[in-house]
Amino acid sequence: MTVRTMTGAEMIVKALVDQGVEAVFGYPGGAVLPIYDEIFKQNQLRHYLVRQEGGAVHAAEGYARSTGKVGVVLVTSGPGATNAVTGLTDALMDSVPVICLTGQVPTHLIGNDAFQEADTTGITRPCTKHNYLIRSPDDVAGTIHEAFYVARSGRPGPVVVDIPKDVQFATGAYKPPEEVKHRSYKPRTRPEPQAVERAVALIEKAKRPVIYIGGGVINSGPAACRVLRRLIEATGFPCTQTLMGLGAFPASHPQSIGMLGMHGLYEANLAMHGADLILAVGARFDDRVTGLLSGFAPNAKKVHIDIDPSSINKNVMVDVPVVADAGKAVDAIRRLWSSRGGRTDYRAVEKWWRQIAKWRQRDCLKYEQDDTVIKPQYALERLQAKIAGRDDVFVTTEVGQHQMWAAQFLRFERPNHWMTSGGLGTMGYGLPAAIGVQVAHPDALVIDVAGEASILMNIQELSTASQYRLPVKLFILNNQWMGMVRQWQELLHGERYSQSYPDSLPDFVRLAEAFGWTGLRAERPDEMDGLIDAMIAADGPVIADVRVAQKENCFPMIPSGKAHNEMILGGMEDPEAEIDAEGMVLV
Amino acid sequence: MAATEHSQERRIFAVVVDNEPGVLARVIGLFSGRGYNIESLTVAEIDPTGHLSRITVVTSGTLMVLEQIKAQLARLVPVHRVSDLSSEGPHIERELVLVKVVGGGPRRIEALRIADIFRARAVDSTHRSFVFEVTGSTEKIDAFIDLMRPLGLTDLARTGVVAIARGAEGM
Repeated sequence: MTVRTMTGAEMIVKALVDQGVEAVFGYPGGAVLPIYDEIFKQNQLRHYLVRQEGGAVHAAEGYARSTGKVGVVLVTSGPGATNAVTGLTDALMDSVPVICLTGQVPTHLIGNDAFQEADTTGITRPCTKHNYLIRSPDDVAGTIHEAFYVARSGRPGPVVVDIPKDVQFATGAYKPPEEVKHRSYKPRTRPEPQAVERAVALIEKAKRPVIYIGGGVINSGPAACRVLRRLIEATGFPCTQTLMGLGAFPASHPQSIGMLGMHGLYEANLAMHGADLILAVGARFDDRVTGLLSGFAPNAKKVHIDIDPSSINKNVMVDVPVVADAGKAVDAIRRLWSSRGGRTDYRAVEKWWRQIAKWRQRDCLKYEQDDTVIKPQYALERLQAKIAGRDDVFVTTEVGQHQMWAAQFLRFERPNHWMTSGGLGTMGYGLPAAIGVQVAHPDALVIDVAGEASILMNIQELSTASQYRLPVKLFILNNQWMGMVRQWQELLHGERYSQSYPDSLPDFVRLAEAFGWTGLRAERPDEMDGLIDAMIAADGPVIADVRVAQKENCFPMIPSGKAHNEMILGGMEDPEAEIDAEGMVLV
Repeated sequence: MAATEHSQERRIFAVVVDNEPGVLARVIGLFSGRGYNIESLTVAEIDPTGHLSRITVVTSGTLMVLEQIKAQLARLVPVHRVSDLSSEGPHIERELVLVKVVGGGPRRIEALRIADIFRARAVDSTHRSFVFEVTGSTEKIDAFIDLMRPLGLTDLARTGVVAIARGAEGM
């Protein structure tokens, strides 16, 4: 076999193409010019020029989460890399497979405080799954292939590959991708039979079971969602989803009891609190989900399926840990359970459902809509009505009240159609993520449900969408406040609204026009339907500025330091749940 | 000794890693980033052809935290194996210290006498000073240092703990 020699930059592009990469999100600069030169010379890889490197990472996240593929970012050294840090941390927290190629100053200048030098591997070590600094052109291809393997296998995550400029110019031997056999990194994907058996025994006996599912099911793939659905339907157990898990099980399914957690549904949280068995699948008992740990699901046996052993017993001690891929573990559990006769304590479970039905009747998302001011919930309810039944709608969000309302009022029937910043809670995520989603699904309807504060954090990306004619829709619930901050200040800080009112907001309609977008506005409830129709009908990108009630709070809410059964509901006259000093410290 | 849920327990972890740039920073960053204790940490290459290093880290925490430490170490990409020597069976634990003692007269004689009791070796001597080398458990070394302090101890350097499991089983 003849080994072709190529420059480092050529090999980088070739390695990406050989990995099946079609889209790269990036921003050029001095230390990556050789790579950009190679991109110029070819037609297989499409490069999308963002307006700030942070946007590139979120776009890659949106691309990855809506396709199940690895998202790819290319940025320059120094500020290019440091701007990417927030996105990398976001991808780490939400287990999104992303490869971020960063330029670096030439090898002989590393450590000299050279122009646009930063210790990229040092800075990104804690915010990546792994990172590499390539020192020789002969390592370029192998390292990139390994980076893809690490990013997508096991619990997915971001991987940085830092490439000095001299390595991009130097020539070396290209290695095609082959199955990576890593020396030390070997994620476990198959469940231990003993653990499966213990889980099945608990399923057979459970009287008040809840299946609690998270983003890990979506990461495991559509097949995992299908086997999980079979298990849920066969057992007849209720299923609650985390913010990251929305769509892994159809929202409209009668066995779905909705999202749980801080702003989750009354019935979901009370079911968790009252459960005698929690089967957690690809969910990590995050603090937004558990509330006060000592009061969390006090009577439940807990089975925890997670591909990452460090997720197990981190926050909550569990009875049966199952370290495995979610799909494989659920499939093994379902098979064994069926082969043992498919038994449940169905009488008890039926009684449990009657209890859940009573909690549902509480109608915890109830709100009052008059005919003068648009309630944010109403805006989303109308949006849901207009997109219901379509399977080509993808929703991203920013972070805050609008995000929680979107999670409560929009209904996700399939995986990979809901992209939100869960773990890190990154304001400014939604617009670039929507751009990434639209790149992957050019004909789909991609909507970023935003707040007027979050959207300004990466507003420069309007320009990216214009450049590539990406028809993303921004649905801004504009209450002129940092709504979630304001809500916490109202409930926890004596209504002292410190710095949560950003005066001098732009006119979003004129802002849209300045970037070549269409700007629309609704100010009264009777304008909502027309606005949504016009937004969906528009060929190009749209900003829909929805002027909503300014001081609406997002309920239900488990106040910090409280347990699931201490939720505050909307319209409660005098919420008993006084928050004590210990709770105030928590975020 | 069984620890209760909240009591702190000391553990020795042995971690075999690829000897590559940044690997120690990954391990140390993990401890500082997640707020775990490091009582001592030693590292050296153990297999030059296979490019493997062994890190011995002594830490303490509740059982839940110790389980996390092990899992977090194990999931680092360049980590081959993590062994919890303290709970996986009997093990040998050693530290080496170099102690400089300066002075003359009876203190000098007393220092030599104690060194003998501890099976310390004098690895350097002048008319006014000794450097002693002692190997042993952390407790033994602590005791030696305490006894040397009033006898003119001016300087000391200790390696931190290295440890290995007893018996025929390898890691």
